[in-house]
Amino acid sequence: MIRRFLTVLALPVTLFLFWYVASRTSESFYAPPLRTILVAFGDTWTWPRLRADVLPSLGRLAAGYLLAALLGVGLGIAVGASRRLRAAAEPVLEFFRAVPPPVLVPVIMVFAGIGNAMKVIVIVSGCVWPILLNTVEGVRAVDAVLSDTSRAYGITGFARLRYLLLPGAAPQIITGLRQALSLAIILMVISEMVAASNGLGFTIVQFQRSFAIPQMWSGIIVLGLLGFVLSELFRLGERFALGWYHGRREAQRRS
Amino acid sequence: MLEVSGLRKVYRSQRREVEAIRDLTFTVDDGELVCVVGPSGCGKTTLLRCVAGLLGPTGGAVRLAGNAVTGPPPGMAVVFQEYGRSLFPWLSVHDNVDLPLRQKRVPRPRRAALVSEALTAVGLDGTQQSNPWQLSGGMQQRVAIARAVAYEPSVLLMDEPFAAVDAQTRAELEDLVRALWQRLGVTILFVTHDIDEAVYLGQRVLVLSASPTVVQDELLVDLPAARDQLHTRADARFTALRARVYEQIQAAKGAQPNTAISS
Repeated sequence: MIRRFLTVLALPVTLFLFWYVASRTSESFYAPPLRTILVAFGDTWTWPRLRADVLPSLGRLAAGYLLAALLGVGLGIAVGASRRLRAAAEPVLEFFRAVPPPVLVPVIMVFAGIGNAMKVIVIVSGCVWPILLNTVEGVRAVDAVLSDTSRAYGITGFARLRYLLLPGAAPQIITGLRQALSLAIILMVISEMVAASNGLGFTIVQFQRSFAIPQMWSGIIVLGLLGFVLSELFRLGERFALGWYHGRREAQRRS
Repeated sequence: MLEVSGLRKVYRSQRREVEAIRDLTFTVDDGELVCVVGPSGCGKTTLLRCVAGLLGPTGGAVRLAGNAVTGPPPGMAVVFQEYGRSLFPWLSVHDNVDLPLRQKRVPRPRRAALVSEALTAVGLDGTQQSNPWQLSGGMQQRVAIARAVAYEPSVLLMDEPFAAVDAQTRAELEDLVRALWQRLGVTILFVTHDIDEAVYLGQRVLVLSASPTVVQDELLVDLPAARDQLHTRADARFTALRARVYEQIQAAKGAQPNTAISS
């Protein structure tokens, strides 16, 4: 356990030390010594600042991500379960997936303003595609024998969704959710950079524009930490939801 | 009574048509154990899927107790060959057996009794909380059999259920099926490619021809009801019956008509 912990920590600590040592004597205005950045970090990210800027960002992120998950999984199940719907929807889906989400920001601003709704819509419109497409694939990949078994034993309607389609597609759905998570963070920051009055993206841009460079760097570190914590939380959730999947893979590898 | 009359199944794809089953007619009486055997690729699984209501026939009909089968009928349970793919890997052994009963709206106390009785009957006490993939192949197939038994079906369909387990487990499971059949009085249609298995298990054996399939031969297995692996298989009558089935299957293979009809 301790060994695993050390292995996990080894590389980040090394990188951090390298940055610290390499930037020690830096004279550059734009790349100050890490020591300066860390001091700025402590001064900048105090509780009032966290409440004023980080919490709103997290709120938008959560709202957009959860909404995208609901939409993506819901529509994905419907499209995946119906061959006709799939044939009709697939080209459209591929089109929307190919549109880079950040270009939607100005478009969405036009009709959704610059409030929270705009940010949530931006996050949803970018995150929904990987979730949707992975769910479609997951539902299609549900085992045919298991599907026959369900039908033969009268497991239909809602029970089919609850006991066959959702768990069967879960490994793929979770892959989509993982991709969407990093997308969501990116879109949250971008939407706040373009137009906002608070939030992490807004704060970082403010620091940059007022030449508070160490503070700007400290904001970027906050973003990195946020991404790390969220992905670790995601992993815990995945382990809980897909225990059967990993267990079975392990069992198959052994035999 | 299960009646199959004039059953025909043609698979159509864009390029061609394949006639899997040409004309099958047979009946299975209530409480009977009938084995269906045929050369490989003769449409045994297609037949079973049609009987189970999982596949619509191109022609003819399947009737269960006088009612046409158009979808999976209530009171019919199926055990598939691929045990690893017919159990829900995300549910425990208990829940796998329990779920169909819940769908049938069996009251909770009755469900608990049915599940534990069925698992005991197949020799799986103490595995209720395991996941299926933690069990050996033979045990997984026992779970599938337990699920079918707990469902209290009037007809049990088995699609080469023991084709993927080792020989010793297979012998045990064959005896298990006969014991359950004698105890529960359920009608069983047992599809297999194994001639010995068909003769050993069945009261009657239907021999199918090669695809496009018709009934090639039908014979009564006039062996005593009490069978065991050692003595029954050494019995002169058993040997004679299996020789007859073997000959019929060879004959069926020899006379293969065209399988594809160009369209």
